[in-house]
Amino acid sequence: MEAIEAWFLAFYRDTGINLTIIYDGFDRARFLEGVGNTVLLSMVCLVCSVLIGIVGAWMQGSPRAWVRWLAQVYVQFFRNTPPLVQLYFFFFGLGPLFVITVEQQVGQMTFAREMPLLTSFHWAVISLSLFAGAFNVEIFRSGIEAVPRATVEAADALGMSRLQIYGNVVLPLAFRICLPALNNNLVNLVKTTTLAYAIAVPELLYQSNQIWSDSVNVPEMMVVLLFLYVGLVGVLVTGMQRWERAMRLPGFGQ
Amino acid sequence: MPADRPTAAAAWTPDRPIVHIDDVHKSFGSVEVLKGVSLDVMKGDVVCIIGPSGSGKSTLLRCINALVDIQRGSITVEGQEVHDPGLDKRLLRRKVGMVFQQYNLFPHKTALQNIMMAPIKVLKQPRGEVEDRARRLIAKVRLSGKEDAYPGELSGGQQQRVAIARSLAMNPDVMLFDEVTAALDPETVKEVLVTIRELAEEGMTCMLVTHEMGFAREIADHIYFTDRGVIVEHGPPATFFTEAKDPRTKEFLGQIL
Ligand SMILES: Nc1ncnc2c1ncn2[C@@H]1O[C@H](COP(=O)(O)OP(=O)(O)O)[C@@H](O)[C@H]1O
Ligand SMILES: [Mg+2]
Repeated sequence: MEAIEAWFLAFYRDTGINLTIIYDGFDRARFLEGVGNTVLLSMVCLVCSVLIGIVGAWMQGSPRAWVRWLAQVYVQFFRNTPPLVQLYFFFFGLGPLFVITVEQQVGQMTFAREMPLLTSFHWAVISLSLFAGAFNVEIFRSGIEAVPRATVEAADALGMSRLQIYGNVVLPLAFRICLPALNNNLVNLVKTTTLAYAIAVPELLYQSNQIWSDSVNVPEMMVVLLFLYVGLVGVLVTGMQRWERAMRLPGFGQ
Repeated sequence: MPADRPTAAAAWTPDRPIVHIDDVHKSFGSVEVLKGVSLDVMKGDVVCIIGPSGSGKSTLLRCINALVDIQRGSITVEGQEVHDPGLDKRLLRRKVGMVFQQYNLFPHKTALQNIMMAPIKVLKQPRGEVEDRARRLIAKVRLSGKEDAYPGELSGGQQQRVAIARSLAMNPDVMLFDEVTAALDPETVKEVLVTIRELAEEGMTCMLVTHEMGFAREIADHIYFTDRGVIVEHGPPATFFTEAKDPRTKEFLGQIL
C-alpha cells in the first residue's frame, strides 16, 4: 500500500498528474465515501423505483376510476417535470415541514429545537425513486398490456383472484417483456443520482468536487469520475443482461 | 327472492340438471350474440355444441363460468345462479373447468408448475399433496417425462393435454372444452380426443364445442346445433346426424361431413 502511495506521489512529481485520491489518506477516504454513497443511493432507489412501478401499474389497471386517476396524476407529474426541480421541491419545499421538536437542556434552561426528520440522503432517495418510478409505471404498463388476454383469462377461469393473477402470471410475464426498457431506465437512474449533488448528498460527484476544490486537480478528477461511472453502469448493465438471459423462456417471445 | 338462492343451491340433487341454461340473451354492444338459448346438462352427460363460426358457441361456454355476463335469462350450475351479482365467481370457477382453443398455458411455468399453481394458490392445498396429484394427472394425459418441460418446448397437442390436466387438478364437476383441437395438427388431434374420451367414460360432465363430427357422434349423449345465437336443432347423435330437419343444420352438416 505504502509503495503504491509513494509511486503515485512520484508520478505526480514527474508528470504533474495529481491523483490525491490514491496517495492521500484524507482524499481517499472522502472519495470512497462518495463511491459508497453513490452505490447505496443507486441500489436503494433502484429497488424503490421498481416497487413503485409495480404498485403504480397495478393501480392503473384498477377497476376503480379514482385509483387509476391517482396513478395517472403521479406519472404525469413526475415524468413531465425536471428531476432537479423535483429534488429541490422535496428538499427545500417539503423538508422544512418534516421536523421534530426536541427538548434540549442547557444548565437550568430547556430549549425547544427543531431538527430535520430526514437527511438530504433520505430526500434524494424519495425524490429519485419517485422520478424513476414514474417511468417504471409506464414501462410495466406496456409490459402488462403485452401479456396475452387469453393467458389472463385462463388464470381467471381457474378461479384465481386479481392479485394472484397479477403476482403469479401477469407480472412475471410483463417483467420479461419489458426488461430491456426497464434496464434502460435503471441505467438512467444511476446516472441521475449525481443530481443529489445539488442538495449536498456526499455522493461521488459531490465528494469529487470537494477534492478538486482542495487539491486543485480538476482534470484528473473529471477523468476519474467518468471512468468510475462507466464502470458502475457497466456492472449494472452486465448484471441486467445476465438476468435477462436467465429469465428467457424456451419458446416464448421469439 | 335473494334468500331463495342459497337454498336452491343447497337443494340441488344429481337428478336435476347440473348445468341449467334458460333463455339466455347476450349482446356485445348492439350486437346480440345469444338470442334466447336454453339447454340442460345432466351430471355425467357429454354434450356437444356445433355450429358455424360466429354463432355464439364460445360466448355460451364463457357465460357458464361467468367469464362474460349475460343480459337476460338464467344459468345455474348445481343449482347456483351463475349471474347472481353476490356470487363469488371464484367459487363457481372451481366447479367448472375450462379448456381453450389456444391452450393458454402459463409460458413461464413448467408443465408440472402449470398444473400445480391453481390448487396451491386458490384451494390452498399443501404443495406435496398437489404435486402428487399433478404427477398422476401428467401420467393420465400420457405426458410422463414432460413434467419439467416449458410450454414452448411442447407440441400443440402436448400443451393442450397439459391444459386439460391443469383444469382437472381443480377437481371440477363440469368441464368446458372450446374447440380444443381446432388449432392442432391433424396428427395430434387424436391424442387430445383420446384424453377427452377417457374423461367422458369416467363420468365427467363435459360440454364441448367441436368441429370433429366423428368424435361428437361417438361420445356425445346429446348434440346441439347453434346458428346466429339460437339453438336451431338438437338431439341424440343417433338421430341428429341422420334426421336433421332444419335446412340450416342440413347445410352445415353437408359442408362439414
Ligand atoms: N368480447 C367480445 N366483444 C365483442 N364481440 C364479441 C366478443 N366476443 C365475441 N364477440 C362476437 O360475438 C359473436 C360470437 O362469437 P363466438 O361466441 O366466439 O362465436 P363462435 O365461438 O361460435 O365462433 C362474434 O360475432 C364475435 O365477433
Ligand atoms: Mg369459438
